Amino acid sequence: MIGELEAKVPAGPLETKWSGYKDHARLVSPANRRKLEVIVVGSGLAGGSAAATLGEQGYHVKCFCFQDSPRRAHSIAAQGGINAAKNYQNDGDSVFRLFYDTIKGGDFRSREANVYRLAEVSNLIIDQCVEQGVPFAREYGGLLANRSFGGAQVSRTFYARGQTGQQLLLGAYQSLCRQIDVGTVKMYSRTEMLDVVLVEGHAKGIITRDLTSGEIEVHAADAVVLATGGYGNVFYLSTNARGSNVTATYRAYKKGALFGNPCFTQIHPTCIPVSGQHQSKLTLMSESLRNDGRVWVPKTKGEQRSPAAIPEAERDYYLERKYPSYGNLAPRDISSRSAKEACDEGRGVGPGGRGVYLDFADAIARLGEPTIRERYGNLFDIYEKITGEDAYQQPMRIYPAVHYTMGGLWVDYNLMSNVPGLHVIGEANFSDHGANRLGASALMQGLADGYFVLPYTLPTYLAGQIGKRPSIDHPAFREAETDVRARIAKMIEVNGTRTVDSFHRELGLLMWDRCGMARNTAGLREALGRIPALREEFWRNVRIPGHGAEYNQSLERAGRVADYLEFAELMCIDALERDESCGGHFREEHQTPEGEALRNDEKFAAVFAWEFQGNGTIEPPRLHREPLHFESVELTQRSYK
Amino acid sequence: MNFKLRVWRQEASEAKGRLVNYYATDVSPHTSFLEMLDIVNERLVEKGEDPIAFESDCREGICGTCSLTINGEAHGPDHPGAACQLYMRRFKDGATITVEPFRARPFRLVRDLVVSRSALDRIVQAGGFVSARSGSAPEANSIPVPKHDADLAMEAAACIGCGACAAACPNASAMLFTSAKVSHLALLPQGNAERTARVLRMVGQMDAEGFGNCTNTYECEAVCPAEISASFIAKLNREYALATLRKKSGM
Ligand SMILES: Cc1cc2nc3c(=O)[nH]c(=O)nc-3n(C[C@H](O)[C@H](O)[C@H](O)COP(=O)(O)OP(=O)(O)OC[C@H]3O[C@@H](n4cnc5c(N)ncnc54)[C@H](O)[C@@H]3O)c2cc1C
Repeated sequence: MIGELEAKVPAGPLETKWSGYKDHARLVSPANRRKLEVIVVGSGLAGGSAAATLGEQGYHVKCFCFQDSPRRAHSIAAQGGINAAKNYQNDGDSVFRLFYDTIKGGDFRSREANVYRLAEVSNLIIDQCVEQGVPFAREYGGLLANRSFGGAQVSRTFYARGQTGQQLLLGAYQSLCRQIDVGTVKMYSRTEMLDVVLVEGHAKGIITRDLTSGEIEVHAADAVVLATGGYGNVFYLSTNARGSNVTATYRAYKKGALFGNPCFTQIHPTCIPVSGQHQSKLTLMSESLRNDGRVWVPKTKGEQRSPAAIPEAERDYYLERKYPSYGNLAPRDISSRSAKEACDEGRGVGPGGRGVYLDFADAIARLGEPTIRERYGNLFDIYEKITGEDAYQQPMRIYPAVHYTMGGLWVDYNLMSNVPGLHVIGEANFSDHGANRLGASALMQGLADGYFVLPYTLPTYLAGQIGKRPSIDHPAFREAETDVRARIAKMIEVNGTRTVDSFHRELGLLMWDRCGMARNTAGLREALGRIPALREEFWRNVRIPGHGAEYNQSLERAGRVADYLEFAELMCIDALERDESCGGHFREEHQTPEGEALRNDEKFAAVFAWEFQGNGTIEPPRLHREPLHFESVELTQRSYK
Repeated sequence: MNFKLRVWRQEASEAKGRLVNYYATDVSPHTSFLEMLDIVNERLVEKGEDPIAFESDCREGICGTCSLTINGEAHGPDHPGAACQLYMRRFKDGATITVEPFRARPFRLVRDLVVSRSALDRIVQAGGFVSARSGSAPEANSIPVPKHDADLAMEAAACIGCGACAAACPNASAMLFTSAKVSHLALLPQGNAERTARVLRMVGQMDAEGFGNCTNTYECEAVCPAEISASFIAKLNREYALATLRKKSGM
């Protein structure tokens, strides 16, 4: 039974909450740190930076990832950049402005105090990364360069070519390697967490499967940190890496952790359109391209001419037309919806009419091809590899795709879930982005959580836990281990006729149609009818070759898809319950006359945190609300016009 | 399009492996190489056979997970690029394609086309970092870095750690990989303090893992998906010589 949801936000003015917290937070002495073990699941920006920092502080850390190396976490794929309120461009930026842009970008569905803290520590991240040797882009004078990103009128994004995520992750990975070298962190690669273990209500360990040998292992610790990334792959096609999954957070949910705002999904406006049925993933073309590229569609329906043959007067630069002050840099949710609208009207381009142009002709004329090549060369190369088209010569074709999940496990100001000891950081938690994330702010959040927040907040919990680590002989471990083994055996025993991927694909399509860029009551109800049937078929008819005690990729995927088949239902329930539009959650029933998202602050200025119900069964989840109080910003209808 | 595949199958590290024939039929030219393997696998599973194990994650050439040698070339014929960025339109219809894992002594085979590259992680653990504790950093703009140096450091830092360089090298040398990290950090003022110890330890680890020597065949550069230049190997050699000298003279 869960009592009142307590966010544990410190008292006092917004600007001093975090410094006040740090001044009075509990500490763990160096001698005691050596006695404490922390499990960090995930080695992306969030997990990698947390594991490294906790190791530096002297805790014993066990870090887990399912890839063959921590350096391959999905964070590696982030392209565009990371925000910070440095105001190096002297264009009027400040901590408050970054905070405000982020909370407004999130359509006022995030917690003020968390977002303010994020903006506050953003500057430290840049300092830290530069010191690690992250080769950020620089100006000729040797100082750091910036670019703009959607949803902001200042230039505050730091970048390393089109490979910012790679460079930031390698920075964190190298710090992690240093701790592995000195022995404070033990790394478990190719190891998947399959359950969290609760002892007397506290998260005290995990159950894992060694993906190489298939061995099931148990690990006890004094606290567990989940940094397992987002669940965009519930849609099958997304910009996420193939292995990204909901398993870790969903398993924790089934053990009692609340899932916050599961339906909040970000659909990114600039991705390469789907080209065929065989497709296994969608590729993002970084939003930074919208700095110089202009988005347009033909004015007339069913236009057949090549883009170059369409004269200026017959083009509709719809973002510039509808949002003159932000233009092509309108936030993601708005840009995505506008693209869908244009295509729904029959003005889309490319195969199937599901695409819009992103045109660099003007920028190339203004700046020259070498400058564009320097800024975006690798993105143009990726585009050419995939489509076979040269974007220096003709406009890119882009279409929105699932990209990021704002929802995640509910956490308080300490980044701890409602389950004591279970902390959640990075994309895996619900915390900072509300109903829509602004570009370049996920990298910021992941590193803020890992380098600068969790290392202060974790001791608040750990200080009271010294000497309380259970032995792995505790019955709770045995029980969880038995459950994990039984589930694997059951899955393999089905021995039906359908492949794991075929289920995943079917689920993905259903979610994209009914719980994607636009949602409505009828569609969500339909999905809620069909998901249980698909799940039932999975457990009756899936085929997983081989056995559990070996390297078995079908089995790995099956476990993840089985969780998606349950989680998808939770997403639809949340989307249905949130009977308003906000950010990326667009309920067709609620829009302004111009077709913008229409919030209902009176009823829905709250986090929806869901509690699992059922015992071997899946019952309707129980809703808890955390009301959102806004003291420093005024709730307005977002306007980017 | 239709293809005949000859794929390396090996159940486990210690098992005996062999090339097995498969047919990929009715494949769209816009299918990526890995998607083509997905299709083959779907059909294998439907027939009740074991699918071909191969790894991938980002499928856009940056995570460095995929590790296929295609027709004898690490990552296949479309350089620069990882196997996941290779599209079937690059092949002739009806072609026979041989697919093998990355082979280098320190890469232990896990299954079929999957290998373990933890040796590369251990090279980085041996000093491939700047010791900068979280929170200890000075203001980011307090040390200007000439743009040229920063750009060059970025070129070296772009390495995706896939190991193709070692797989392509007749001596299974990991010099390109190691030189990229050594150069990246040596080019920046932040990496300067640990420069000597770093290069000595990393090269020592590389040797201990069983990677071979560089004999300037440049196969590594030819297959590198991140276009890491072999000139960084020359830089590594200079760094190493200098470090040895410094160490000898007790500096
Ligand atoms: C193509 C792309 C481009 C992007 N570009 C930008 C950008 O320019 N700017 C920006 O701010 N954001 C960007 N984002 C978003 C950002 O990259 C992610 O939100 C962020 O990197 C997530 O970091 P993370 O550490 O939370 O998770 P991840 O990096 O996804 O790491 C998850 C970790 O958890 C591990 N893991 C997961 N499940 C398990 C399990 N069950 N057991 C064991 N380990 C597990 C994985 O192995 C991995 O190590 C982009 C995202 C994509 C997809």
